[in-house]
Amino acid sequence: MALLEVKDINLSFGGLRVIKNLSFEVDSGRIVSLIGPNGAGKTSVFNCLTGFYRPQEGEIFFDGESMLRRKPHKITQRGMARTFQNLRLFKNMTVLENVMSGMHCRTSAGPIGAVLRLPHERREEAEILRVSEECLDFVGILDKKDRAAANLPYGDQRRVEWARALATQPKLMLLDEPAAGLNYDEKERLIGLIRRIRDERGVTVLLIEHDMGLVMKVSERITVIDYGEKIAEGTADEVKNDPRVIEAYLGKEEDEAA
Amino acid sequence: MGGNHQDAAVAELSTGGLRNRIYDIVEVRRNRYAIYAALTVGVMLLPAFANNYVMEVFSNAFFYVTLCLGLNIVVGYAGLLDLGYAAFFAVGAYTTGILTSHFHVNFWLTIPFAVGFSIVAGVIIGGPTLRLRSDYLAIVTLGFGEIVRIAARNLKITGGASGLIGIERPVLLGLELSRIQHYYFVFFVLAVVAILISHRLQHSRLGRAWQYVREDEDAAEAMGINRVAVKLYAYIIGAIFGGVAGCFFAAKMTAISPETFQFNQSVLILLGVVLGGMGKIPGVIVGGLVLVLFPEFFRQFEQFRLLVFAVVMLVIMLYRPQGIWPESRQ
Amino acid sequence: MSTLDILLQQLANGLILGSFYSLVALGYTMVYGIIMLLNFAHGDIYMVGAFLGLAILTTIGSVLGFGWGGILAAMCCSMIITGLLGVLIQRVAYVPMLSAPRLSILITALAVSMVLYNGAMAITDGEYRAFTVDLGFEGIEMGAVFITYTQVALVLATAVLMVTLYLFVHRTMWGKAMRAIAIDKDACRLMGINVNAVIALTFFVGSALAAAAGVMAGVYYGSIHFFMGFVIGLKAFTSAVIGGIGSIPGAMLGGLVLGLLEAFGTQIPFIGSEWKDVFAFAILILLLVFRPTGILGKTEIERM
Repeated sequence: MALLEVKDINLSFGGLRVIKNLSFEVDSGRIVSLIGPNGAGKTSVFNCLTGFYRPQEGEIFFDGESMLRRKPHKITQRGMARTFQNLRLFKNMTVLENVMSGMHCRTSAGPIGAVLRLPHERREEAEILRVSEECLDFVGILDKKDRAAANLPYGDQRRVEWARALATQPKLMLLDEPAAGLNYDEKERLIGLIRRIRDERGVTVLLIEHDMGLVMKVSERITVIDYGEKIAEGTADEVKNDPRVIEAYLGKEEDEAA
Repeated sequence: MGGNHQDAAVAELSTGGLRNRIYDIVEVRRNRYAIYAALTVGVMLLPAFANNYVMEVFSNAFFYVTLCLGLNIVVGYAGLLDLGYAAFFAVGAYTTGILTSHFHVNFWLTIPFAVGFSIVAGVIIGGPTLRLRSDYLAIVTLGFGEIVRIAARNLKITGGASGLIGIERPVLLGLELSRIQHYYFVFFVLAVVAILISHRLQHSRLGRAWQYVREDEDAAEAMGINRVAVKLYAYIIGAIFGGVAGCFFAAKMTAISPETFQFNQSVLILLGVVLGGMGKIPGVIVGGLVLVLFPEFFRQFEQFRLLVFAVVMLVIMLYRPQGIWPESRQ
Repeated sequence: MSTLDILLQQLANGLILGSFYSLVALGYTMVYGIIMLLNFAHGDIYMVGAFLGLAILTTIGSVLGFGWGGILAAMCCSMIITGLLGVLIQRVAYVPMLSAPRLSILITALAVSMVLYNGAMAITDGEYRAFTVDLGFEGIEMGAVFITYTQVALVLATAVLMVTLYLFVHRTMWGKAMRAIAIDKDACRLMGINVNAVIALTFFVGSALAAAAGVMAGVYYGSIHFFMGFVIGLKAFTSAVIGGIGSIPGAMLGGLVLGLLEAFGTQIPFIGSEWKDVFAFAILILLLVFRPTGILGKTEIERM
């Protein structure tokens, strides 16, 4: 059964239709990509999935439940975690503190527990610390846990975002352009990391990406959108040879070259 | 663990130096306890030397430190602007005032009522507005502060414009708290409790959540944090601080009137928070102390006191928004 | 007085009150619309405008008299000076804060408000000042209802100012630039619009309108004081929210609605005039709960 099911969603801002009758599915345990030229509406799709935008029509089912009317934090709690295209770290906090934010929705201590330092609260704090450090270790930056997030190099800041999303213990991870701004080596390691997230942690991955090389290497299924509409769907090879995809992309690349 | 630490430290050799770093950590900790001990001894000994005027000033200072710490939870930790904080202080003071003077309820039993009313008021005001942009909260709290004051002035049970008199003194272990020396210690204890609670909240799951929301609401929400609930917690905890402080204020004064809870009062408390540095406990303590001590030292400026404060607040916001307390090195 | 008379009288009172609210609300809404700043100092600017108007009227009164001529001249001068004060405040206090966290900007605005408020208190020794004018008490009689020509003139003056503002915002390049900046500041910068100058102009216009309201309030009530800006600031903000913050026609409408609501609200049994302010704030809170976008405000696109 599909873990995520998007059915005929429509989103418009004022008169501008950003997403048109878009449907796609993500099966549990897969690595899936959503691609499309600049301005095709990819991030808007993510924002709909995570509850930041509310599509005017359509349905979004995640793990058998409708996500449409839910607040972002409830959706995260249900097991959908995201990263942001432009890094959105808590800049003045340490790397570890950043990652600890992910555990918030898996813990419950309130003000009374905090003030009295009850055993339950102390156990939770220890657990938050353990999981956070484990996530940092997984992405390979545990040694930088006490540094201020803003002072890390760009590539490491990205990893903090991944660790933070992993700390929410998701079923589905949404990566918004994870390769943006990374160099060749970092991209290679990113591919490895995406596979490890799925293989070792059993997390389904949906990513938006520009870098076609990376997408073709890592994705098991690809959905292509342009102007908010789905224009193709299938495996890397199927999509690569689809005339509509070639048209959408070649047209775009000429523009960029100019 | 030690090895790890050392690695990190060695990496920083170029900037700070390993030895200095460790030395600093030990030193800071030792210094801190020495300062605490010295301060406590000083506070204990002061009544033996000081006259009633000095006692009055200091108990007032401790009282403002408590209020500032309460508002700091709202402004400093959660990053919300509350311009009606005096209203919660009024809620507490009037709860104690009405219950002891009209119904002769034991003072200590009025505190849970004050806490309850503060929570209710906090939910009524914070619940709807915290969903909106932070500007709305500022103006709604300002309006709420006025509503409470106007209500106190026009209701019968609050004694109208002349206020309440005959508020009963609390009795602690058979001792009636009536002298200024008693309140000096009461407010000192209150301030210490406020410091402890603030400190523990700041370093808890909830305290971190406040900081996440303050730094980036959307990212915090994407991490599964319910921003409205988290802010509401801050608002309500701040309200409880104000309410409880108000109870003791009523007991000390034995008479209260609506004009004590004017808008200026809220601004003054806010100034204490801003002055020392929002979110920093030592800074807020210093801010609260300055608020009370400064006018005592500069009597000749009495007429311009608020103007001076207003200018100071503006200058701080423009040139040193982190407050007068020094930044921690990080 | 018959019920109808009471209604008519309250209608007149509400319109005048509403005129003041509208004029002050315009400044809130324009500044908010263009830079998303809640200008706490705006109520105090209204107060400063009133005092400047009084000072000017006292000076030029010997020449132009204390009738309409003198008042008009004093009002215009006060509008210009107060407008410049608004620009000064924007330059000194708000420009450096544009990229600061929201909380810091709000506190700065509050600090500016406190400086003006306490400054005025220090200068006037905290006392009321008589706003002496010579306008007579003639008026229109309609049964038991009596409306002075002064009241009629104040409402008309408000109408003239609003129409002028409307034409300015919709018919001139400056007005067009204002509306464009409210939508996208960066795009305007790219199109070669001098964004800072337009923002300054917005402060000028907003402050000038507040000053006009301040002088008119002085004429109407006969005395002014340093804390006159506090409550009206709150009420005007409420008006702006009622109409939909950021919307200029909304602020005009919101002010009138609040003025009328207050005038009629105080006629409800058991709600005496001492509860008038509570009534207004209660409206504000209820509105924020049920319709934060106001009457004419656009529904915002879902947050993000």
